[in-house]
Amino acid sequence: MATRSERAWDVLGTVLDPEVPALSVRDLGIVRDVVEHDDRLEVVLTPTYSGCPATEVIEHDVLAAIEKAGLGPAYVTLQRAPAWTTDWISAEGRRKLFEYGIAPPGPAPDGAVPIRIFGRKADTVICPRCGSKNTERLSAFGSTACKSMYRCIACREPFEHFKPI
Amino acid sequence: MQASIAVDLQPIVQYLLRIGDTCLIHAQRISEWSGHAPILEEDIAMSNMALDLIGQSRAVLTLAGQLEGRGHDEDQLAFLRQEKDYRNLTMVELPRGDFAFTVVRNAMMATLMKLLWERLHESSNAELAAIAGKAVKEARYHQQHAADWVVRLGDSTDEARQRIEKALRELWLYVPELFESDAIDEAASAAGIGPRWTDLQAKWLEEMDAILGEATLQRPDDAAFRSTGKRGVHSEHMGYILAEMQYLQRAYPGGVW
Repeated sequence: MATRSERAWDVLGTVLDPEVPALSVRDLGIVRDVVEHDDRLEVVLTPTYSGCPATEVIEHDVLAAIEKAGLGPAYVTLQRAPAWTTDWISAEGRRKLFEYGIAPPGPAPDGAVPIRIFGRKADTVICPRCGSKNTERLSAFGSTACKSMYRCIACREPFEHFKPI
Repeated sequence: MQASIAVDLQPIVQYLLRIGDTCLIHAQRISEWSGHAPILEEDIAMSNMALDLIGQSRAVLTLAGQLEGRGHDEDQLAFLRQEKDYRNLTMVELPRGDFAFTVVRNAMMATLMKLLWERLHESSNAELAAIAGKAVKEARYHQQHAADWVVRLGDSTDEARQRIEKALRELWLYVPELFESDAIDEAASAAGIGPRWTDLQAKWLEEMDAILGEATLQRPDDAAFRSTGKRGVHSEHMGYILAEMQYLQRAYPGGVW
């Protein structure tokens, strides 16, 4: 028999990110812990971006899903440190992103990155439609804070890239 | 109309308001480009950066309210203070200007904030350190983006160059305020909350020089003028920003999304 927190982890695997609905909040790596406190369940979440408008929706969706599964009462705690990094996106999450048409992030830059103006080599981003490595960045920012815009030179299709952070 | 709140301006609270308000007002100005930027990609970029800055501001203002101890939350601090109680740098309240002005200001501010967040990540206040750990990643991205544009405009057509040189001259008047040290900075530094901003100056100049150098632009000379937004004495532009920003909370007290 699975414990209450184990069942909660399973439920969290079905709560989708409202802005990138290919991923569950668990795939995204923002669920840091599920703790049983007597009658209440604590879900510890780490926000992705400071200004991500989805954070509040995610909190609501997480609690609603847990209540619906009969695992409540539950509450959410936001934990800022350590800061979320795209390195926490699971292998399963990366596969889902790619299939959804969003190129998954490469390894997050480690610590301070000097600003580079010229001779900056863009990360190799593989086109999620045709698999070509021959791609170029169109825009540093995309439809949400976590993405940038790319184009595939080989198949000519535009696509989104999940920025490594 | 909802009455203004009175803020207990202890030094540490002021130190945090300088950070939170600078992010807030900077975001307000940047967001004026939403729907108006010269190209769609920049429209999106500007809105994205404004969103990051508002998120950073919310976190810092929430903390400021907690340390102040009068029960003020982020919304009350953002929308119900009087002008004299805002502690943002004057530079961020200047009208948005043309695209060149925006690009130069973004480069200056992102460079400053990146250096500041790097130091705040070691703050003795665990919450501030945590906020900074996230924000520094965002500020790095903003700085890179703004720096690319400075180079693109600076080393470009005559028109672009003239505009960016003009923007640089105008904005440079407001640079000394960034690094002026005072009792607030000393108190924050002594408590291990954060650095004196003057300690960021050398690195800031080094990074700005690197960007300007690539853009074939020259750093202007320092002027005698000193702006004073950090101390609560603002330019004539601040009132207009607040009128727009505070309107909803003043007209519909307690209104939420």
